[in-house]
Amino acid sequence: MDMIVDLTRLKPGEEGVVREIIGGPGLIRRLENMGIRTGRKIRKMSSHFWHGPQTVQVGNTNLALGYGMAKKILVEVER
Amino acid sequence: MKKILLVGNPNVGKSAIFSRLTGVKVVVANYPGTTVEYTKGKTRLLGEAVEIIDVPGIYSLSPTCKAEEVAVKMVSEADVIINVVDATNLERNLSLTLELIEKGYPVIIALNFWDETKHKGINIDVDKLQELLGVAVVPTCGLTGAGIRELVMRMREAKPGKKVDIDYHLRWQKIGEIVNQVQKLTHHHHTFLQILEELSIKPFIGLLLAFFVIGISFVVIRFIGESLINYILDPAFENTWRPVVTKISQALGGKGLVHYILIGNLINGEIDFGLSFGLLTTGLYIPIVAVLPYIFSFYLMLGILEDFGYLPRLAVLVDNLMHKLGLHGYAIISMILGLGCNVPGALATRLLENRREKFIASTLMAIAVPCMAQIAVIVGLVGRRGFLPLGTVFFTLFILWVSLGFMLNKILKGETPPLLLEIPPYRIPILTVVIKKLSWRIKGFLFAAIPYVLLGVFVVNMLYALKVIDFLAKIFTPVLKNIWGLPPSAISALLVGFLRKDVAVGMLGPLNLTTKQLIIGSVILAVYFPCVATFVVLTRELGIRDMIKSAMLMIVIAIIVGGILNLIL
Repeated sequence: MDMIVDLTRLKPGEEGVVREIIGGPGLIRRLENMGIRTGRKIRKMSSHFWHGPQTVQVGNTNLALGYGMAKKILVEVER
Repeated sequence: MKKILLVGNPNVGKSAIFSRLTGVKVVVANYPGTTVEYTKGKTRLLGEAVEIIDVPGIYSLSPTCKAEEVAVKMVSEADVIINVVDATNLERNLSLTLELIEKGYPVIIALNFWDETKHKGINIDVDKLQELLGVAVVPTCGLTGAGIRELVMRMREAKPGKKVDIDYHLRWQKIGEIVNQVQKLTHHHHTFLQILEELSIKPFIGLLLAFFVIGISFVVIRFIGESLINYILDPAFENTWRPVVTKISQALGGKGLVHYILIGNLINGEIDFGLSFGLLTTGLYIPIVAVLPYIFSFYLMLGILEDFGYLPRLAVLVDNLMHKLGLHGYAIISMILGLGCNVPGALATRLLENRREKFIASTLMAIAVPCMAQIAVIVGLVGRRGFLPLGTVFFTLFILWVSLGFMLNKILKGETPPLLLEIPPYRIPILTVVIKKLSWRIKGFLFAAIPYVLLGVFVVNMLYALKVIDFLAKIFTPVLKNIWGLPPSAISALLVGFLRKDVAVGMLGPLNLTTKQLIIGSVILAVYFPCVATFVVLTRELGIRDMIKSAMLMIVIAIIVGGILNLIL
């Protein structure tokens, strides 16, 4: 079943497709330039304790983003 | 003169190509944001004098911060733009490329990291890409120099084009189409490095690896540094230099003002390189024998870690802790560079986004991160009294770093921006590149340090000879003696500390201090004020108002911490 969760809810190793970024145009632009865009495949690599940074892979790029920022990225996953 | 600009996303290897083209010494490393200033170099290409400018990495031509605004302005004034593109991240990099082409700029593309595409299973049709973009595309590898010659040969093909306006969303669509046509991905097995990449950002294993990496670095730096001192430099100095200065000392009759300034005090009738404090004795011994070996081993280790790409991963791992100090994880890079020398550490605070964060990072570094020159002398001097005193010095500084950051985070208004960081792939460091970078940094140290060390020794000897030190010692007796429990003559070390921290710590040597006094003196010298070079850079980076605030903090904290240590030790 397909469901939409925010990026922090992805399990390490799980893959999904970015569906929406909830944020101002500035944030959306920054994320898009780094490779996180609607429609792109994204794979969670790890998430750190106590709402620490989340690391993801998009294409060949590895990114680390803060917990709050990751919350704003909605991802469609098959579970 | 023709202006050639190197433009591209962060960490695509612009600086490596820059130094290939110009021969100008610039520091390259495997993490985004190594270049925080514009580096310019003049050279001759194809018989023509040109100026080449290395621009800090940008993601787009619609600026999101001050640094990018400047970059965008410079781009519009260029005669040729070399757009450096990471071939292993074609899709993301092409956004900036298309923007440059759409604006009609004269562009040529360096498809960098070309060598990495093969083992990553990426196949790019260069001719097709060239055809679709309508500009010259040259595969390159900046670190080894492959493709640079062709890049130069084809630079003439970069011609201004037609300006077109394309909607931002359509651009991504266009990029998608281009990538589909030119790039083929083949399946490839994960390499050992890629497995290590994943492991080193896992919460538990990552931290274990971090402790391992830091521990190993520490041991290696100590081992190489000590070995160089004990087996090479100290014996060499003793065997070749001692006879020379002894002759000079005898020729000068063993006393008098000139003898005092050049040779210093004789200890039991002999020159002591650590304690005599003349220009030709301690003035040369400190930078060359005591400090240089540690500078060498530290920058060797740092260079390897930088080029391998480990530091951004450390930034991710410590992000949580750093947020408690009002910083985000990337500030750790400032601190690590600061351990080598506070000046590059201060420059690296430019990577931090807001004024609050820059203030916290700079203040924490200036107060609680001693530079390698200072550490080397502390290790030499305090280490002789045992491991515990040495540990006390660094433990105190660490506690200070944490608690001060915690306090500043609570007191200062504002929030810490969240981390958003690209983590580069691991790359096996190239030996020649590591050695080149190491030799630049060592040269930098020698040219910057030795004149200041000599000046410091000279100034303090003059002040002693003119009795100025005695006078100042009287004035500062209340603080020095009553609060810190130091002999008033320690004021000389505090004075020299404005010039060089390593000499300042070294000056504690001849004062016959107790172990407790030595610990307090070393901590205070680290905390109370930055050296002049750091002070100048910090003032430029923070602005005069923030610098004054920061300096007040340093002085107050030095008084308090010195006082507390005096009470509890």
